[in-house]
Amino acid sequence: MGTVSRGFFGRRTVADVKLPPGQYLTTDFPVLSAGPTPKIALEKWEFTVDDGTNVLRRWNWKSFRELPTENITADLHCVTRWSKLGTHWEGVSLDTILGEIESDAEYAVVRSYGDYTTNLPLADLRNKQAWIAFRFDDEDLAPEHGGPARLLIPHLYLWKSAKWVRGIRLMHEDQPGFWESLGYHDYGDPWREQRYSGDE
Amino acid sequence: MMWRVGTVVALHDETPTARTITLQVADWPSHVAGQHVDVRLTAPDGYSAVRSYSLASAPNAEGRVELTVECLADGEVSPYLTQELAVGERLELRGPIGGWFVWRSRQTEPIQLIAGGSGIVPLMGMIRSRAAAGGTEPFRLLYSVKEPGAVIYRDELQAISDRVDSVTLAYVYTRATPRGWPRPPGRIDASVIAETTWSSKLIPTCYVCGPTSFVESAAALLVACGNRPDKIRTERFGPTGGRK
Amino acid sequence: MSSPNYDYLDGNAAAGELSKVFAVDITTAAGRCAECGTTKCLAEAHLYMHGPGLVARCPACEHVLLRLVNVREHMFLDVRGMIYLRLDTSRSQQAS
Repeated sequence: MGTVSRGFFGRRTVADVKLPPGQYLTTDFPVLSAGPTPKIALEKWEFTVDDGTNVLRRWNWKSFRELPTENITADLHCVTRWSKLGTHWEGVSLDTILGEIESDAEYAVVRSYGDYTTNLPLADLRNKQAWIAFRFDDEDLAPEHGGPARLLIPHLYLWKSAKWVRGIRLMHEDQPGFWESLGYHDYGDPWREQRYSGDE
Repeated sequence: MMWRVGTVVALHDETPTARTITLQVADWPSHVAGQHVDVRLTAPDGYSAVRSYSLASAPNAEGRVELTVECLADGEVSPYLTQELAVGERLELRGPIGGWFVWRSRQTEPIQLIAGGSGIVPLMGMIRSRAAAGGTEPFRLLYSVKEPGAVIYRDELQAISDRVDSVTLAYVYTRATPRGWPRPPGRIDASVIAETTWSSKLIPTCYVCGPTSFVESAAALLVACGNRPDKIRTERFGPTGGRK
Repeated sequence: MSSPNYDYLDGNAAAGELSKVFAVDITTAAGRCAECGTTKCLAEAHLYMHGPGLVARCPACEHVLLRLVNVREHMFLDVRGMIYLRLDTSRSQQAS
């Protein structure tokens, strides 16, 4: 451990809440990116579900905003160790998005505008566990936080909640995404502290 | 590159938000003007944060390292360094780092320095380095700040520019100017560049430092008036002008 | 499609991390972007750090040049985004 700096605590706040192991509570909302914030005109925005060969579903912004939405309150856990509790979102459930799609695919790759990707089991997108979120704290989701729309999947580390989401590709094999291909865990359960590949 | 421990020997407030921290570092390997250090803070529970700060001091043989830190309101490290850290306490640093954004006294060409806000720090390191070596290389500094109270090293810059054979100094105020200032508040633009910087025909080496948007804008203006891109060296401090 | 949000640093900020890997100062090393061929020294790359990892992007086309992740006692480094890195190994360029 390095030389301890008297009186230094960082951005963390002390709290009695139970957090996943190794996490600290924060009250702000850090912006962490792997690249420039994409600027997407709403009239050009699209969200697709495909299987790598065929597009199975496609929405533009207008048709996407006609889908039923939900209000979500979620705790966010970032692998860089900050956690933000009780955040408020509005979004479309992935149960709605994936709807009646029948597929024997077991995995998915979530794709974003820009070059970001993240992978996860398809089952984790279903059953009220994931949303395409477009409003945060009663306002349109800001670009630096992933607007126009991002994936929100709070039971996994926040790098799985891909910003600037553009689609989901159904996969028969798990294909590591941007961070998973460079040492991060393929699944990423904060409560089992699955930060890095090889973590149980 | 290993982590070394420096002891704080002096603190000096340059402005209401910027503080110079003087450290004594055993076995400091000296440095070249323009380089920076990584500073690491560790909380009692092991949580740590690392940020980069430019070296403000001229190279010296006594192991004396000066950093000037601007306090960012929502920063994690800078509020600690500017408000909490006390004389006698210790700080971990790694460095000196960087071989590109540097000035060495063997360079004889005209030097154009352009600073935005706290971007003045590494450029001051270059100015002090030149002074310590008794150099007379042609230096110009264009320093952009929000308002007069935000100027860091004001007295020292004034004293330096009053000397013969020295650094020609020009200020730009973007939000509020001193009384009687001939130019209304505003950002650096082509006319400022034309009036205050070395002609591109002299093929100066330019060093631009500050918030990322400032650096991009100033570098583009330098190119627009004829400077070659490979004669322009930049150091970007991120969106808010500091590495928080 | 991307606009400059000015939320990046530059390669100078990565020099400390990269000194763990390279014996010579990498910020003066020239890298050729595998996407657009632009060749600039790494100090001029657009750097995104303080997230899960460090990402250096081509200042001309934003293609990922280099990615770095620290995982406990290991570092993962991906430099596939560059066709080459040209390092100056002459004695005068040794990192301190």
